Amino acid sequence: MIAASEALNQLSSGWFLDHAYLIPIVPAVCFFIIILFGKRLPMKGSEVGVLSMVASLVLAGGTAMQWIDRVNSASEGQFISPVVHTWNWWQIGGMKFTIGQSIDGLAVIVLVVVAFISTLVQIYSLEYLRGDRRYTHFFAALTLFSAGMLAMVIAEDTILLLLGWEIMGLCSFMLIGHWWEDGANSRAALKAFFTVRTGDMGLLVGISMLYFASNDWTTENLGVSGFSIRGISAWALSGEPNSTVILVVSIALFIAAIGKSGQFPLHTWLPDAMAGPTPVSSLLHSSTMVVAGVFLVSRLYPVFFTGFDILGTGGNFITIIGGITIVIAAALAFVQNDIKKVLAYSTVSQLGYMMLGLGAGAWLPAVFHIFTHAFFKACLFLGAGSISHSASHHSFDMKKDMGGLRKVMPITFTTWIISTLALCGVFPFSGFFSKDEIIDNVGNNGYNTFMIIGLIGAFMTAAYMTRATYLTFFGTARGASAGEHHDEHDAHDAHDSHDSHAAASPHESGLLITVPLMILAVLALSSGFLNATPFGEKWELIKKWVEPSSAVVMETAPGGPGHSAALSLPKAEEGHHESPCGSETPEEGVCYAPQLQHAKFKWSKAAISLGIVFFGMLSSWFVCVALYTKKDKRLVGLTQRNGALRAGYKLLDNKYYLDTLYENVIVKAIAGPIAAGAYWFNNNILDGILHLVARVSRTVSGWVYRNIDQRVVDGTVNNSGRATRGVGGILQPVQSGKVSQYGALLFSAAAVAALVLVIINS
Amino acid sequence: MLVNQFLLLAAVLFCIGVYGVIARKNAVLVLMSIELILNAVNLNFIAFALRNGSTDGHTFALYVIAIAAAEVGVGLGLVLLVYRNRKTISLDDLSEMKG
Amino acid sequence: MIAQNIGFAIIAAVMIIAAVRVVTTSNVVHAALWLVVVLSGVAAQYILLAAEFVAVTQVLVYIGAVMVLFLFGTMLTRSRIGRDSGLNNTYWKLGIPVALVLFAAMAVALVNSFGDERMPTDDNIVSTQQVSDQIFGPYLLPFWALSFVLLAAVIGAIVLARKD
Repeated sequence: MIAASEALNQLSSGWFLDHAYLIPIVPAVCFFIIILFGKRLPMKGSEVGVLSMVASLVLAGGTAMQWIDRVNSASEGQFISPVVHTWNWWQIGGMKFTIGQSIDGLAVIVLVVVAFISTLVQIYSLEYLRGDRRYTHFFAALTLFSAGMLAMVIAEDTILLLLGWEIMGLCSFMLIGHWWEDGANSRAALKAFFTVRTGDMGLLVGISMLYFASNDWTTENLGVSGFSIRGISAWALSGEPNSTVILVVSIALFIAAIGKSGQFPLHTWLPDAMAGPTPVSSLLHSSTMVVAGVFLVSRLYPVFFTGFDILGTGGNFITIIGGITIVIAAALAFVQNDIKKVLAYSTVSQLGYMMLGLGAGAWLPAVFHIFTHAFFKACLFLGAGSISHSASHHSFDMKKDMGGLRKVMPITFTTWIISTLALCGVFPFSGFFSKDEIIDNVGNNGYNTFMIIGLIGAFMTAAYMTRATYLTFFGTARGASAGEHHDEHDAHDAHDSHDSHAAASPHESGLLITVPLMILAVLALSSGFLNATPFGEKWELIKKWVEPSSAVVMETAPGGPGHSAALSLPKAEEGHHESPCGSETPEEGVCYAPQLQHAKFKWSKAAISLGIVFFGMLSSWFVCVALYTKKDKRLVGLTQRNGALRAGYKLLDNKYYLDTLYENVIVKAIAGPIAAGAYWFNNNILDGILHLVARVSRTVSGWVYRNIDQRVVDGTVNNSGRATRGVGGILQPVQSGKVSQYGALLFSAAAVAALVLVIINS
Repeated sequence: MLVNQFLLLAAVLFCIGVYGVIARKNAVLVLMSIELILNAVNLNFIAFALRNGSTDGHTFALYVIAIAAAEVGVGLGLVLLVYRNRKTISLDDLSEMKG
Repeated sequence: MIAQNIGFAIIAAVMIIAAVRVVTTSNVVHAALWLVVVLSGVAAQYILLAAEFVAVTQVLVYIGAVMVLFLFGTMLTRSRIGRDSGLNNTYWKLGIPVALVLFAAMAVALVNSFGDERMPTDDNIVSTQQVSDQIFGPYLLPFWALSFVLLAAVIGAIVLARKD
């Protein structure tokens, strides 16, 4: 249609690319097979789960190969259109809901990671959960969990995205609460679910607002609905959207990402989610659940780019949240004794890096960090599981039950060290190539404050990981790892199955556990070289394969998405930020990705951050030796003796009092008025205002007494059992059991909602 | 004839029905109030059928009448059962759902 | 036209008064009888709206069957046939503001949306045949479902009310 088309090559495609939708469908179908027939199968359904993940991995691998072919078949600067297939789902009025796949570089890289990690985790679980009483259900939920993430990754539209997102929320609830007989586990599951739900509101609001804001434009220009992610991206970069609308949309969507990715201030659910079985933690923290939030931001990046004016200002919502998260989560990791909680806070902190990168325009390094982080974090978690499984009598307490394990668990130790070095960002390991890139690019894009925060975070990461490594593998063996048996079983012994081998002394884990560890360690070591910026253009493979080109694309006709696409090549000036497309706002055609720059790699800059990392490791090492092994008198008990340090330690130990804030203050502030209102309904409205005043003031003064006097003045810290009971007591009058009262509440709520609608529309 | 005169009449009936559901204690009277609400909805269906010149409204109104008959049958069956066990049909006394 | 409007006004006034009596009277049997008035008024409105078949169904099903059920229900539960002061909840006044707010919202919305739009006056009258074509054509599946609902309701009512 456009004359320039002879300059373009026909993009290659292939069976795997065209049928990428099978990747989530296979595990989704297998979920039903496991649920329905799993218990009758010889391996209780686990074989179906593992096979489905292997099938997904094969499909994802094929997709990746063909995508690389597709990229190679394109000419210089050509826009590589994603492989799109859509199906009509349902149609009502003028609204058409389609679901479909859209495979581009971002989808491919995350698909491979998710399928790969899921496969390894399922293999590992074969051994780790052997004999568990809900073995079949565990594998079913795990399979559906991966299916949810895979569906979200291939989504062409926000509807499928939302579907995958919610499936993951549900499955994380089931998996975290897998051993629900223990109250702590079911509480953690509920907490995770509710916290994430809080964020999910943002996703719903954001998606609907996006639809209504962009639908007209996308239908007219591209022939797709306002649910299509491609349409939304093009719309966001077209210069069309109202800046307030898109800002509100970005904030709403980012709130969803905060909840899912455990960013400050909704990070509190992540460490509690450690209550689930270790393979779940590993999957949750490395490649699925928490990465979903980062994926959402990178998938709808043009919206955030325009909404928050990334590159245009010296700091925005995303970078601020990301920066805060890096530092506060890393600080929390210092006071944890549970090895899995150290890793959990480490994940939160690393996700902060990804968010910071995205917020500061370092899209590719952030996506690359998803890729590398998945390998080393999965390896660390599985390593922690291996220790508890075989050495420390199912305890995760580093101070009580670990120490000196490097001799008895050589494989776990080696893989752990490799992953730790990768996490800290030491040179040849993968973390260096991604994390350092983020920090470097953040600085390069003019966010100097945040670059310094990133470097501080790198220091802290090195320090707390050294502490965890020291406590686990060095020094003297303590508690269970020294062969002691303690009879009081802790949380994870709720499953009776492990008793058979619980009595053994520390030993190396079996092959089903160590082989995944070794594979992951190899990848933690090597995956960084896929985008090794220090060695020049040739090594930047991920950049070539994944980063979308910001070229302006002429759509052939409405209704032909995916059939690309002739293009004109705008010549962007260096450092020219006026338009997100890199040229002037496109007059003809659209562009799907903003123009971003990459920092030039300099060894001098890398040397600084490497120096900081080594300094962090060394200082932490000496402190650990002095504190934990030599019991140096100057250090032991320092947090008790020094007032400032004690206050700091207490703040960290109580996780900045955020849980207290959520459970006591916010819940009660909302529940209080409702309770007062319920009293009001109960005690005849017109029949005694004095009576009412007396009651309300008694309620209020009681509340003040209980909370201000007892809690704040006495300085007692949250007792969550009492808080829950208190909230229940306050809300009880609402649950009067009287049907007509419920009816009154229902109809008055409807009346208020109707009034709001009328006011909005008039 | 205005369109609105029918719609407003239906709205009045609906609100009276809502009031009845909230205010009444006797279960049979609550069921009667629900019938008022259903009839208000039906009136809307028929009014819009005439306005739009379509038969869909008629069809739905007939279905609503059928459902309402079923609802009254089951509802009164429930009320009878409650009465037999409790010797009362006052909704205030049925508060097993109290939390 | 004017005759129709006068008819509407009279029927509407009767209906509203009767509906108010249904929810305020202190005699259950009276409430049932007032309900008959409302339902007949609705049937009359259907005729004004050119929906004879629905009007006839309304009379047959509601006034014929449902009202008998109500009266039987009143009888079998031995509600007091005369005046009964205990028919309202203690907080019945709560219903007034809720109903008023709801009505205000709906009235504003209706006036805003339809203003003084008139009903079409041409001879585009829906015949009973068209309605039956609809029910047994495009809406056949809901009709089947409805039949099962009725069957279930009949069995359910018998099971619930049976003395065993």
